Amino acid sequence: MTLTQHDIDQEIAAEHAAYEERLAAGAPAEHHPCRDYAPYRSSVLRHPRRPLVAIDVGKDPELVELTSPAFGERDVTETDNDLTRQHTGEPVGERITVSGRLLDRAGRPVRGQLVEIWQANSAGRYAHRREQHDAPLDPNFTGVGRTLTDAEGRYHFTTVQPGPYPWRNHVNAWRPAHIHFSVFGSAFTQRLVTQMYFPNDPLFPYDPILQSVTDDAARQRLVAAYDHSLSVPEFSLGYHWDIVLDGPAATWLEEGR
Amino acid sequence: MTKTGTSGPEGVAQGLPPTPSQTVGPFYGYALPFRGGEDIAPAGHPDTVTVHGHVYDGEGRPLPDALVELWGPDPAGELPAVDGSMRRDAASGGFLGRNGVEFTGFGRIQTDADGHWYARTLRPGARGRNAPYISVCLFARGLLVHLFTRIYLPGDRAALAADPLLARLDEERRATLIAAREDSGAYRFDIRLQGEGETVFLEFR
Ligand SMILES: [Fe+3]
Repeated sequence: MTLTQHDIDQEIAAEHAAYEERLAAGAPAEHHPCRDYAPYRSSVLRHPRRPLVAIDVGKDPELVELTSPAFGERDVTETDNDLTRQHTGEPVGERITVSGRLLDRAGRPVRGQLVEIWQANSAGRYAHRREQHDAPLDPNFTGVGRTLTDAEGRYHFTTVQPGPYPWRNHVNAWRPAHIHFSVFGSAFTQRLVTQMYFPNDPLFPYDPILQSVTDDAARQRLVAAYDHSLSVPEFSLGYHWDIVLDGPAATWLEEGR
Repeated sequence: MTKTGTSGPEGVAQGLPPTPSQTVGPFYGYALPFRGGEDIAPAGHPDTVTVHGHVYDGEGRPLPDALVELWGPDPAGELPAVDGSMRRDAASGGFLGRNGVEFTGFGRIQTDADGHWYARTLRPGARGRNAPYISVCLFARGLLVHLFTRIYLPGDRAALAADPLLARLDEERRATLIAAREDSGAYRFDIRLQGEGETVFLEFR
């Protein structure tokens, strides 16, 4: 059976309605996608059916997961956060500056941690072997970046605006333009891989990956804001996107505090 | 020690709503894996162990595009604060690999076309009341939120029996978290995302 956009739209609407019902019945807001989200077909066989086993981090300061791997100056090079300078020539496309802060849920900056990004080029093509979209590759653009957050938790990338691209979830499926982000917190429990989107993309309602975040406010948090103060004169347009890490990062203090 | 809060000093509310997770997708393969990601143990270290396995979906098919991250303590149970897992070469822009001496405790491995991964790391030491284990964070196309699990090594029955997590699980589920020692001396740890023998996945609160 060939799945059409209409089929997917109906499934997305049904998932959304089911979430609204849960909310109305007093359930808490769901900040993350449900791993079992049928409109995104690849999720069907790739999510656990049994409930996750909960671990209360407050009961044990020795948990491995309460610490995180360290990254440092050896792990990044000078051009890693400038995706427009990784080749001899200039990549094709509209240059953009993307910056924001990495924070925990208490609003504290996460300092000195690794932020990795990857993205399609301006034509919507990844520099990846298995990519089948026949848009042109750009010899001057790989689309991979890496940086460490500074003392305020800030990160900064220079890149080009990625293009939207088709995929095979259903007939005429298109991903809205996005940049993939991978970030580490101060605890492994805060690990996050996500995607940043651009404001006002007309493809938002059609995309089951973005729509897997069924909470409207949560979904909005995946969309960067145009920020004129980040735009660089004669060079790039600026986007601001803060990342807030979920997951506990227990703070243990000496007895007697 | 006294616990004072789960995300901040006493009285600091979890004020900010979190950024939602999204799938790693199919195309991270040229971005996230790095040279030496699976060779976590310093060269020639006597406490080196090999851990390997497959990642399977709900129909028992291996995932050729899963990403396994490992994080674990050294043999003394200490968690390293050493960087350099993905040392970069400023001249070529490539990866240099690890420096062969320091143990960072962190590894990242993409499954191969058969859904297989392996890592050589140091045998983890125990921490507190926990039996020794390596923490695993799993990503894949199709997986909208990563999954945490743990690799416990067999051998010390008393330690495994006393482990606070393992003690809460029935025998069948518990077995999914304990690697099997093979004749070669390597440890086998398969991850089943769904269905029969489904791996125990964890949620931290
Ligand atoms: Fe993508």
